[in-house]
Amino acid sequence: MHGLLEWLGNTAWSIALLESFWVWPLVESTHVLTLAVFVGTAMFNDFRLLGWTMKTVPVSEVTGRLLPWTRASFAVMVVTGVLLFYSDPVTYYHNVFFRFKMVLMVFAGLNAFWFHRRIHQSVADWGLADPLPKAARRAGAWSLAAWVLIVVSGRLVAYSWFTCDYGPGPFFDWIQGCSAIVNDVDLY
Amino acid sequence: MLLPFFEWLESSAMGTALAQSIWSFAVIEAVHLVGLCLLGGALLVVDMRLLGTGLRKSPISELGTQAHPWLVGATILMLATGVLLWISEPIKLYYNDSFWWKVRALPFALIFTYTIRRRVVRVATEANTRTRLVGIVSLALWFTVAAAGRWIGFS
Repeated sequence: MHGLLEWLGNTAWSIALLESFWVWPLVESTHVLTLAVFVGTAMFNDFRLLGWTMKTVPVSEVTGRLLPWTRASFAVMVVTGVLLFYSDPVTYYHNVFFRFKMVLMVFAGLNAFWFHRRIHQSVADWGLADPLPKAARRAGAWSLAAWVLIVVSGRLVAYSWFTCDYGPGPFFDWIQGCSAIVNDVDLY
Repeated sequence: MLLPFFEWLESSAMGTALAQSIWSFAVIEAVHLVGLCLLGGALLVVDMRLLGTGLRKSPISELGTQAHPWLVGATILMLATGVLLWISEPIKLYYNDSFWWKVRALPFALIFTYTIRRRVVRVATEANTRTRLVGIVSLALWFTVAAAGRWIGFS
């Protein structure tokens, strides 16, 4: 994986993106501003499932008319996120916060999949119940917790407290796969 | 004119403590970003409805009432963390154009949101020309604040 990403990071477009004066900041800004749309609408979906707001609005209305905005903005998050990763793949790959964020994204994805597959199917029966079924509330709580942690860890990716070249200690060496870099003479 | 005040902030006990801490800036920034999401959601749920989309089955005033506590909470969280970020590096920000764009746009966004927008949302049921105008102005003002805020780190 490290070798493949090293090749990717040495492609002309990856270098051009990382070194660009305007494009990289614009991609990063789009990623951050779209966050307000994506996580903002996702949060209100979760708040509704938790029964914290809009209790008179059926859950089916929220998932039917608010979630499409969440999905569309998620597409923008993925495209800009992939571009940012592409601009500096080796650095991100060995960053503990990036790895933590990816694990949480998988978890958030599974939780959303589970919610739509198993819980949302019968929304017509419970969409205005108060309180909502425990499974729906639980899915909302997991989603909320996951996305808040994803935002925080995404922000912390920018900090180099534990990067491999600082000698962060055995735990971070292991969790970030630092040995792949140490064995890679090209980088030094 | 404001430079002495910014210099005083930089040398204040809180300013030096925040500047010396390795973690504080990053943690405050992360909370500021979570606040951005919360503020974005609280604004968008109503602004989309003002524009004639989103949760169309509910009256605008009802969504406004429901979103309002979240809007107030998000505003307080953003202002509190924003001021802390400001105190962390006042002199750097004094010479940053994006910071001044943000600081100039912010009062307009706040005053518009808590006066005109609030009054329109409180009595509106369905979207019309007036609510659409309010929705567009709200999104434009907050977009300016957020975009200028992000650009502080690049300028």
